[in-house]
Amino acid sequence: MKEDISNADFVDIVNIVKLQYGYDFTGYAQASLKRRIVRFMSYAGIATAFELKYLLVNDTDFFNRLVQYITVNVTEMFRDPLFYQTLRTQVLPKLAAYPNIKIWHAGCSTGEEVFSMAILLHEAGLLGRTKIYATDLNPMNLEKANMGILPLDNMKDYVYNYIQSGGLGDFSNYYTARYDNVLIKKELRKHITFFQHNLVTDTVFNEFQLICCRNVFIYFNRELQNHVLQLFYDSLSPRGYLAMGIKETMRFASIHEKFETIHPAHKIYRRKG
Amino acid sequence: MKNKKYDIITIGGSAGSIAVLSRILDELPDYVQTPVVIVLHRLRNVQSEMGRLLSSKRRIIEPEDKEAVKARNIYLAPQNYHLMLEADKTFMLDYSELVNYSRPSIDMTFSSVAEVYGSSALAILLSGANKDGAKGMRDIIAAGGTGIVQDPATAAFVAMPLAALEISKGIHALPVEDIIKFIINEP
Repeated sequence: MKEDISNADFVDIVNIVKLQYGYDFTGYAQASLKRRIVRFMSYAGIATAFELKYLLVNDTDFFNRLVQYITVNVTEMFRDPLFYQTLRTQVLPKLAAYPNIKIWHAGCSTGEEVFSMAILLHEAGLLGRTKIYATDLNPMNLEKANMGILPLDNMKDYVYNYIQSGGLGDFSNYYTARYDNVLIKKELRKHITFFQHNLVTDTVFNEFQLICCRNVFIYFNRELQNHVLQLFYDSLSPRGYLAMGIKETMRFASIHEKFETIHPAHKIYRRKG
Repeated sequence: MKNKKYDIITIGGSAGSIAVLSRILDELPDYVQTPVVIVLHRLRNVQSEMGRLLSSKRRIIEPEDKEAVKARNIYLAPQNYHLMLEADKTFMLDYSELVNYSRPSIDMTFSSVAEVYGSSALAILLSGANKDGAKGMRDIIAAGGTGIVQDPATAAFVAMPLAALEISKGIHALPVEDIIKFIINEP
């Protein structure tokens, strides 16, 4: 039998989470969120939607486990290497004109793409005058990201991605390997600040020349996508850049008229004026 | 009035499936309007010409997030994403954990198609060396949809069709030419 919850239960669960804990998932894309809630139930040994609701109402730790599990925390360094190559060749040279560069990674997960950006900036000679703000809604992700520790096993893929992205250096110079893990060099990380920010409920907190928000929009419905695009528009300096995931698009949102397209395949946009 | 029976055809394949899939797509007559959603196990983070490789006749589309499913179109799950459908028949991409060591996973797409299309879905599972697709096929059948696997006797790798046959009843096991006939005659 296929484990499942009814749509009414799904709505109940989302409402409990919103009212009791302030995490608003109402604008999330339903197919994926529902699947993840059902997966969490089987992982946590919960048989019925009633039991899930009961535990959510009565047990904060249980709620924390649910959030950790249902938010997607998958990421990799230099994901879509050719996107990073475009950043190198078309965006960073433009950012170089600013005396101080501010970048926002929204939905940074455990930091892999943020570290990739720091490497890019370092190789372009810009890291010293850049501040990267990296945010996520999941505090556990931020804790991990802050430590800068990644599994050694993943490095083989990452070095391949790095080279594909036009990497100029020796990738292994950017970390120290110890046992089964690597530690990303402090010199890269000291320009990054990780903190919690919820794209649904939190607002503008600074002005940026570049916002990276990749593979976050896919989890939102169109309404919420509009809302977050507006937030990014308001957070960009005039002519600031926005990078989305390569399969994400702003063409369904009316606000797309306020952006010009810099690279249609790699989904790099620029705020008009 | 053809093609009334199925509102969607979804096809999954892995090792040994490309040639079979190309043949199916190339022999698909023009009058078949049913949208086709294909999930193949593919390499990540490499440039791919898969869309062009699969068919010389029809254009293959890698859908973007929130794109609506349209008649006549042939869609291919993009590399490094799971491909799902929403109740309003738009695509949803998902970048979550690998399923059956795969992203895209055939199970994810089949299950999602089963949920949205129910009895009007036709799912076809081709050659492959792992078990991805079997659970999704089970969901298709449970929702009243139709399931076909490539006859293991004709498949380059049998694990995938066998795994589906093992856990569900009522799946048709057909050689390629019969799969094509099934699509053409039955839709």
